[in-house]
Amino acid sequence: MELATDIWVWVAAILTLFVYSFLIKDNPLYKFAEHAMGGLGVGYWTAVLFYNVIIPDFWEPLTIAIRKLSMTPQNFDAFMAREGFSQMPQIMQDFSPGVSILLLLLPAIIGLLLFTRYIPKIAWISRFSLAFYLGAASGIAIPNTFQTRILEQLRGTIVQDAPDGSVVPLFSFDAWRDFFAAPGIETFFDAISGPLLILGVVCTLSYFFFSKEHKGILGGMARIGIWFLMIGFGASFGYTVMGRVSLLIGRVQFLLTDWLGVAG
Amino acid sequence: MTGGVRTLAVALVVAGLLLPVAAFAQTGEEYLYPLVDLPPAQPMNVIAEDQPNDSGEQINLSWTLSIDDPRRGRGRGNVVAYHILRKPAEVEGAEFVLIDQVSAGMGWYSDPNCEPDTAYTYRIGASNGTSIHYSDPTESVVSASHFFHSQRWNALIGVLLISGLLVYFIYSARKGKELFIRRIAGLDAVEEALGRATEMGKPILYVSGLSSMADVATIASVNILGQVARKAAIYEIRLIVPCYDPIVMAVEREVVKEAYLDVGRPDAYNSNDIFFVTQSQFAYAAAVNGIMLRERPATNFYMGMFFAESLILAETGASTGAIQIAGTDAVVQIPFFITACDYCIMGEELYAASAYMSREPLLLGGLKGQDWAKFIIGALILIGVVTSFFTTWFAELFTVG
Repeated sequence: MELATDIWVWVAAILTLFVYSFLIKDNPLYKFAEHAMGGLGVGYWTAVLFYNVIIPDFWEPLTIAIRKLSMTPQNFDAFMAREGFSQMPQIMQDFSPGVSILLLLLPAIIGLLLFTRYIPKIAWISRFSLAFYLGAASGIAIPNTFQTRILEQLRGTIVQDAPDGSVVPLFSFDAWRDFFAAPGIETFFDAISGPLLILGVVCTLSYFFFSKEHKGILGGMARIGIWFLMIGFGASFGYTVMGRVSLLIGRVQFLLTDWLGVAG
Repeated sequence: MTGGVRTLAVALVVAGLLLPVAAFAQTGEEYLYPLVDLPPAQPMNVIAEDQPNDSGEQINLSWTLSIDDPRRGRGRGNVVAYHILRKPAEVEGAEFVLIDQVSAGMGWYSDPNCEPDTAYTYRIGASNGTSIHYSDPTESVVSASHFFHSQRWNALIGVLLISGLLVYFIYSARKGKELFIRRIAGLDAVEEALGRATEMGKPILYVSGLSSMADVATIASVNILGQVARKAAIYEIRLIVPCYDPIVMAVEREVVKEAYLDVGRPDAYNSNDIFFVTQSQFAYAAAVNGIMLRERPATNFYMGMFFAESLILAETGASTGAIQIAGTDAVVQIPFFITACDYCIMGEELYAASAYMSREPLLLGGLKGQDWAKFIIGALILIGVVTSFFTTWFAELFTVG
């Protein structure tokens, strides 16, 4: 047994135990870990966003664009060299300095408008920012979602790309022919997988049809659909639980090897 | 000069001329190579073409490999690389500049660093490491920027079709047409859960997931929050909303405030109950767990996009004895909510929830439009499956470029 001498390993191990103490009941040690984690999370992400977004995507391009407008070419080159900028920011490669400043300030102002929420009299102005954000986000999301979640899924339910690059039907008579020629588990699953997928998609889709009561044919299809969903969820549950168990094993290994030095 | 000497001289001259020729002569399938390292033959048929459907930043080049490329299995086989040279076609006095090189055997290259709507001309040089033999310059080609992606017309038609359906049904609903929606068990339980909170005098906890407003699930969650907030205001129940994303928090404050105003209880609205926690996933989960244990809400709602923290939240909520209603379109997380919550709203049901709860014509019309879109998709699948026995043409209509 060789205890860790690194202070941070001790901090990590103690905090891990504080969090696990929650399994007994809520207690001050867990509360400490919870609040430390929350506070550090906010602090960490604030720093990450400041240094990875605000500085490189806003402040530096804005500074360079303003200098470009206000300085002589020689002084500007000297400024770039002095500040260690090896190349122009992307926005200035695409637009003139004036347009770049405008394109940088516009989103910054929209973002700052959110802070008007703290002044009750003009709090309504913040709605413009939210409206802009929601509109832009929807505009970007809708075509992409339509392509990936509808068109590609639709095609994938009808045909599949064969290894040789050709496109073959998902419901393949050739697979059935192979099965009858050489009956076996593998050929059976090859033959059944396509029709099963088609049946599953159509029946599951019918479960999510809200305009009619689930009775008659629609009710039967919806019932089959819910079976498909539950089988899928069961498989997903088992798979994810295995993943979580491996996370627990990783944490226990950390405590035993890195901290206590009794294993590994 | 005697005849013999003349004959010898002629023989020597002929031999001198023939020896190098013999050195190059093919013997069976093989070539004999000269000792001198001559420049390789130039690549032929160099073609430059604009990349279609891009924003004007790429030109694609292709060429026939040099006869001396090892991959061709003939010639001297001494090509080690191809040098790609480019110059702007319309700039007076511009010279060819090396922009990249590819290894021998490659007959294509994509230049990704073109200025949009600028004409370029290219030369390709076959190099043996010491000397290069360049092709003739290509025809000039413009790296055109395209406003419309010609291989995505199917997405455009689909979006227009579904938008048309939505507009039609919203219009119908507004005109007073009765629109039927089947029962959704998980949503019927919302009323029951709120009633329980009222009886117990305990708060409701509403978690709207760990995603941004760009996520459809978050938008659906915010809509449901509006309905829950209306009922909370009527029943005078405290509503606690810990937020993961600051923008979502701002939107949720607006939505809840509006709900309280709508039911005539602006005085009951407390903005401090809708607060930002952190954007660190497990720190957020730990904080929400703490809220569950200390505030002991009677009802927990988990609506929106969730990740690995879903089971942590739902398990803690279950241990406090709260009624739990979850809804998400995250397929991997649904099993955890089914296991640990009393009611689970799955996938598409989440999007239908706000319409179902509010019965507002606008939302009901939207839901009807979505239903018809699903019906059309199901029909297209069946048509596609039948036609795929004869041709894959129909299925290819849905290929995304």
